[in-house]
Formats: sequence, C-alpha cells, structure tokens
Amino acid sequence: MKRLLTTIAAAAALLTLGSARAEGELFIYNWTEYTPPELIAKFEKETGIKVSVDTYDSNETLLAKLQAGATGYDLVVPSQNFVPIMIKEGLIQKVGVHSLPNFKNMKDKWKFPEWDPQQEYTAPWQWGTTSFSFNTKLYNGKGGSLKEFFEPSEDIRGRLSVFQTPDEVVSLANIYLGLPFCSEDATQMKKIQDLLVKQKEYVVAYNSETMSDLLASGEAIMTNHWSGFSRLGRLTGAPIAYAYPKEGVVGWFDSLVVPSSAKNVENAKKFMNFMMDPVNMAMLTENQGYGDAVKGTEAYYSDELKSSPEINPPSNLKVFFAPTCSPKAQSLIDKVWTKVMQ
Amino acid sequence: MGLAPSYFVIGIFMLVPMIIMGVFSFLEPNPYGGVKPVGSLAAYVKLFFEYDLEDNLVFNPGYLNIILRSFQLSFGATLLCLIFGFPVAYYITLQPEHRRNFYIYLITIPFWTNLLIRTFAWIIILGRGGVIEAPLLAAGIIEDSLRMMYTDGAIAIGLTYSYLPLMVLPIYASLEKLDLRLLEAASDLYANRFEIMTKVVIPLCKPGIIAGCILVFIPCLGAFIAPNLLGGGKKLMLGSLVQFQFASARNWPFGAALSMLLLSAVVVTLIFYARAAKRREVMEGSA
Amino acid sequence: MQRLSSPRQGKKALPVGHYRGLGAWTIVFFVFLYLPIVVLIFYSFNANRMVMNWGGFGFDWYLKAFQNDDIQKAVWNSLIVATVATVVATAIATAGALVLARGGNFRGKTVSLGLITLPLMVPEIVTAVAVLIFFAAIGLNWGLGNVIIAHTTFCIPFAFMPIRARLEGMDTSLEQAARDLYASPWEAFRFVTVPLLMPGIVAGAMLSFVISMDDFIITLMVGGAGSTTLPVYIYSMIRRGLTPEINAVSTMLLFVSIAIVTAYWVLSRKTQQDSVH
Repeated sequence: MKRLLTTIAAAAALLTLGSARAEGELFIYNWTEYTPPELIAKFEKETGIKVSVDTYDSNETLLAKLQAGATGYDLVVPSQNFVPIMIKEGLIQKVGVHSLPNFKNMKDKWKFPEWDPQQEYTAPWQWGTTSFSFNTKLYNGKGGSLKEFFEPSEDIRGRLSVFQTPDEVVSLANIYLGLPFCSEDATQMKKIQDLLVKQKEYVVAYNSETMSDLLASGEAIMTNHWSGFSRLGRLTGAPIAYAYPKEGVVGWFDSLVVPSSAKNVENAKKFMNFMMDPVNMAMLTENQGYGDAVKGTEAYYSDELKSSPEINPPSNLKVFFAPTCSPKAQSLIDKVWTKVMQ
Repeated sequence: MGLAPSYFVIGIFMLVPMIIMGVFSFLEPNPYGGVKPVGSLAAYVKLFFEYDLEDNLVFNPGYLNIILRSFQLSFGATLLCLIFGFPVAYYITLQPEHRRNFYIYLITIPFWTNLLIRTFAWIIILGRGGVIEAPLLAAGIIEDSLRMMYTDGAIAIGLTYSYLPLMVLPIYASLEKLDLRLLEAASDLYANRFEIMTKVVIPLCKPGIIAGCILVFIPCLGAFIAPNLLGGGKKLMLGSLVQFQFASARNWPFGAALSMLLLSAVVVTLIFYARAAKRREVMEGSA
Repeated sequence: MQRLSSPRQGKKALPVGHYRGLGAWTIVFFVFLYLPIVVLIFYSFNANRMVMNWGGFGFDWYLKAFQNDDIQKAVWNSLIVATVATVVATAIATAGALVLARGGNFRGKTVSLGLITLPLMVPEIVTAVAVLIFFAAIGLNWGLGNVIIAHTTFCIPFAFMPIRARLEGMDTSLEQAARDLYASPWEAFRFVTVPLLMPGIVAGAMLSFVISMDDFIITLMVGGAGSTTLPVYIYSMIRRGLTPEINAVSTMLLFVSIAIVTAYWVLSRKTQQDSVH
C-alpha cells in the first residue's frame, strides 16, 4: 500500500512537469522526419529558444486533433488545401508573414498564393509533386503518360501499388480524364469510380508508406510516389525512377502556420523568419529532396541535389495544385473511395 | 466498496466520452470535421442506404459487407489463437512449478517490442524474396514467388500473431489452478484421454477460455494495422472504416454511428453470456 | 500417492493428463512467436537504410539511435506511462474483480461487469477522439498526464480479466481454513488470498503493461505537446520511411527487458529456495 502511494505521488509530480511552460520555448508539430535535427540545433544555437518537435502522419490527423481542441503547439505544417479549412474553422491565426524581415527572400511566384492571398498565415516549408515511380530494371516504359499508371500494361498487372488515401489518387485521375478538380457532378465522379475499380484488379497493395521498399524488392513494379521521397529511395541504390507524365502531376505545398491556441507566437514568427533565409532553407531541401520557395538556395545545394531529376522537373511539366473541395465534392470522393475499397 | 475506483475512473474517462460519441452519432457532420449541433438520423440511414445518382434512396450492402467481413476475419483469428494457444497453455501447466514462470516470461518477452515493428517483420518474412521464400527459391523448390503477402491469409497470420498472448495468459491463469489429481481421479474412473480433456480439463478452465476469446475477438474487430500493412489495404475492415470517417472522410457522426452499432452487437453478446452464466450457476447450485 | 496409469501394449507410457505432441506443438508455437523478433534483431544490423532489403552488416543504426533525442524521449515517455498506468489499473482491477467474483449476485452486477469491460468493446479510434474531446471540454491539459489517465482507463479491463478468471477457479476452502484458524479477514486476505491470486495479478499487470506500451492511436490523439511515445513516433515515421534505427531501439529495449525479467526470475527462485530451507 505504501509503495502504491509513493508511486502515485511520483506520477503526480510527473504530471505537473508536463504542463510547465518556460519563456523561450517553441513547440513544433510536424510530419515525421520532416524536421531535420541539424536545422533545429542551428535555430536553438542562434536564438537560445528551446525547441520540441512532435510528429503526426497526415493532414487529416492534424486537422482532427486541432478541431477536437488540442493545445500546446506553436507551429504546425499543413498542406495547401488544408489551410483554407483551418482558416475557416478559426484554427490558425494571422501572424503577418508578409511583414517579416526575410519575406523578401521568397520566390515571387510563390508569394500571395491562392490559399493565403495576403500572406498573413503561412510561411513556406517545402513543396513537391505527386506522381508515380517505377522500377527501371523490371519495366520498359518511360513513365511518359498517366495511362501507364491507370491502365497498366501486361507486365505490371498485379504489381501495381496505389496510395491508401483517396485525395491524391482522385486528383491524378482527374488530371488523366481531363475532369475538373473537386467535382460535384455525380456523373463525372462515376467515371473516376469506374477507372479506379478497373485499376484495382491490377493492384497488389494500397500503400502510402513503403513504396520504395516495394519497388526495391520487386513486390511492386510501379507505385504512386512523391518526388522527394522517391529520390530518397533512389539514393539507397534501388533502381527507382520518378515519372513526369505529359498529362501533368499533382502539386502540393506545405507551410508553417501558427495555431490559434499557440502560446509562443513571437518565437514561432522567429522560426518562420529563420526558415526564409536561403542558407537554412537549403539545409532543409538537401535533407528532404523536395522543392523550396526561397530565392538563392541553389547556391547551397550539393552537386547531387542540383542534378537530381526529382527537383528538376521538365520545364513543360504541368503541375496542378489541388484546391480545397467543398463538402459535397469531398463526400463524393469519399463515396467513390468506399465503393472501390469494398 | 472495491468497485468504487473502477466506477470512478471508467465512469468519468470512458463512459462520459462514449455518451458524447453517442450524442454525436445523432448530429449532423460539420463539413470539415467535427459536428454541428443539429439533430439528424442521417448517420444511421447511411449504414444501410445511400443516395444514387438520381438522389433516390437505395439499399446499400457495402458497409454491411465490411462489417460482416470483419466479424468473419476476427472469428477466424480467434479460432486460430484458441487452437494454437490452448495446447501451449496446457503444456505449460504440466511443467514443474519453477519452469512454468519461465515459459510465461518467454511468451511475454516478444511483446516488449512494438507491434508495428513486429508486423513489419512479417512483411519481411512473407514478402517476395523474403525470409521464407529466399531459401526455397535458392534450393529450387519453388520457381516464382508464393505471393503470400497482401492476402487474407497474411491478415489472419498478423491478427493471430498480434493477440496470441491475450489468449494464452488468461487460459493459463485458469488452468494453473487445475489440480492434477482430478485428472488422476477421472482416469481411475475409466475415462480415456479424450474424455479427460473434454469432460474435466476444458470445463474447469472455461472462464479462462472465454476471457481469452473475448480479449482476442474484440480488438480484432477494430484492428487496422494488420489489415493495412499485411492485407495491402485492398479490403476495408471495420477498424479502417471508422478511422477513415474521422480522418479523410470527415464524417464524425457516421463514424460514431458505426461504433454504436459495433458496441451494441458486443453488448448483446456479453449480456447473453452473463445470462447463460447465471443460469448455469443456478442449475449447478440446485443440483 | 501419485499413480501412473498402466502402460498399454508396450507403447511408452505417458502419465495421465499428458498428450503426445504437446511438446512439439509448443516448440512450433515459440518458433512462430520469435521469428519476427529474430528478423527484427537481424535487420537492426542492416547497413541499408530501407528496412526490407538487406545491405550488409553494421552498427550504424545503434550509433544513430543513441544520438537521436527524439527516439530516446519517446521511449522514456512510453515507459513512464506504461508503469504508472499498470500499477494503478491493476490495483483498481483487483479491487473490482474481488467484488465481482466473490460478491454473489448483487444488483447491478451485470452493469458493473459491462462497465469494467467497456474500454475493450470500443474501437480505439473512437475512444481516442471521444477522450480528446472530453479533455478539451473540461480543459484538462496535463501533457503526458492526459495520456496516463487514458491508458489507466483502458488498461483496467485487461488487468481485470486474468484476475477474475483466476478468482473464479480458485477454491475458497483455504481461505475458510484460515478464518477457522482465527485469522482476521484482512490477514486471511493478505496471507492467503493475495498469494493465491498472485499469478492472476501478475498476468493482469503484464498484459496491461504490454497493451499500454503498444498503444498509439489513443496516445496520438489524446497526448498534448511533448508527450510523444514510442509507438506514436514509429507510426508517424511510417509515412516518411522506417529506418533500421527503430529496429535498433526495439532490439535494445528487448534486451533491457530480458535483463530485468531474468533478474526478477533469478531473485524469485532464490527466495523460493530460501523459503524451502
């Protein structure tokens, strides 16, 4: 009994540790392995602010958590189509990014984007594309068209892998069929459904995690993939090539935003400013292999990165950024996906 | 009373949130996740019906299929766990005292490693050119991949593997109290080995078996790691379906309704079991 | 006292209660159980970054794991939560099991049983979101404390079931004998009931610990800032690519727990031997 009481006392002491907040702290909530430790160390050294990083696995988890009222995070990193939702729901706050000192370093084409027209909420993190990758040793094709992915040839059938979550897959289907994004038209969505149901016959797995592993082992010859992640797979020695189909690819842009419940807003802004310095952003890009939105980072790239095809897409590549779908459109996507999965 | 702390903890931190969930299932979904404080039966209707292209209400067996499939797979995994685990629990009981604990520790040690990692290890084991296939291919026994991954069989293995100790430990706890002299007595009364097992051992450890089955069956119903990682996510199961509602689909009321449905099925089963147990006690008491 | 059953027709006699093949079955069982563990350890030495393909032998990942603050913090959090939750949940479950198994058919017995097993019946994702909303509504913001509370709650039924199974199989004559020998209820409980119940309690505690260590979806949703546990970290990593670093950490955890458990086992054997003499 006595031991039990001491344990409970110890636990109570530990509980209070969790809620202690000191000055000069920053709590970042980001995708896993998306925050290089060297970057954090550099920031801590330059500013003296102590940084903690927690991680999540998807935009949806982040949204669900913020909506259910989780607090304690100063910076989170949503993709572009989630930013308008978070603004609408009052989950993130204005921090006036456009008035931060390093804002002038941002590449002009990314300033004042569709999802944040006054650049009040978002600071750039990384952007990339979603397409498909294939094993060059086992596949003769070039990846020049989305047809190879949606209507695969004989040698790939049964060895195709598709993402587990619908949004990007449906977006690619939209591009391939030439249909508008976020359609509220049931007939159009039916075409997409038919395409995906037919494709399912050739799919070995719906997987958003171990695509490079699948390609390397030959379990899959072609998979859905993201640009930077595909490069990382290629760098381990596997014969993986990232495809740039003529119809176009899906683009996404991840940004730093500050939740409404953040406690260390000033420190968050300091970090946003820190990331818009080309030296620091280059460090991130080098580590992740995606694209960045800051001028002058190329000067700091390693040679390997400079020549890597994943961040140097062909100049005529069409990139489509998915907008935020209306609830009706989103529910149609959900219906299509459930039908495909049954 | 001894039950007070249980009531307190579970009542507040479990029952109240569940009631909130129940309420949510009768509300309208907020477009971007969460709920609107507007009453609606839409979530429950959605379980059975859907609106087709012309907006007519049509019976939709899709979700029911998913639920049925989950029950089937969970039942299968539970059965596998029982068949695999019971003899082992029994064998351990037959060992001398000091060795028994050793076996029990041996069983729990693998579970000090994370489930996700262990499931991943199965991918390496079952996968193309993996631990099972590589030597077979090298020896020429098979020519092409056995294609064990991403099948229902792989899911079954994964589920069984995940919950095996939950079957073995309760059965063992129950068997451990078994007095071996009872078996001797039965044998003296001319019972053969089969009868000893079925008429003496199994009835005596029934509480353990039931506990084990419940402990395995229910998590299996809501499982989504094994189905996702090992089954290739090609067939939605109940766990992934519910998770989908709270994540991508952002239809919390529907997710809540699904959970309520699942919950009721389980509660009904447990009530039946409690009634049957009471009846048994009464009958045995009066005999 | 012990009699062997008579041998039949020259076959090797098995004592009553033993069955041929049980030993072999158990060996197969342990192979099945340990195969992924062996694979896990093996691949922690994998020089290749990708978990599923072998690329040569190396200790790199162990070095990396030692330098990785995030993983260490996550493991530490996991251990704290699991320990506290197990102790509290087992205590609560024991109290509850005693009442439910011994108290006869009092009013509300079925309801109590249902309540205690409630956490088992609900899919984890639902529990996760429901508890998160609840904590937010009452403004409870204890970081890791939130996680501990949630874990304690769902560990109770896991501790409860083996204890109850044990109690139901326990015969009360020993306790009655103790009472007949003028032991007070408390003494009977402490010196007879508890030791008899110990295997059930231990089984319950171990189950509870393991369940807590493994949980991620509830921890993921309920935890506040700074409360990442190991499974949450691993789960989130899956998106970005699992590295053998995790294998290395898991292997180290495994050997630490083997060490602890072995020490406990050796110690308890010694006490048994001492008490015999």
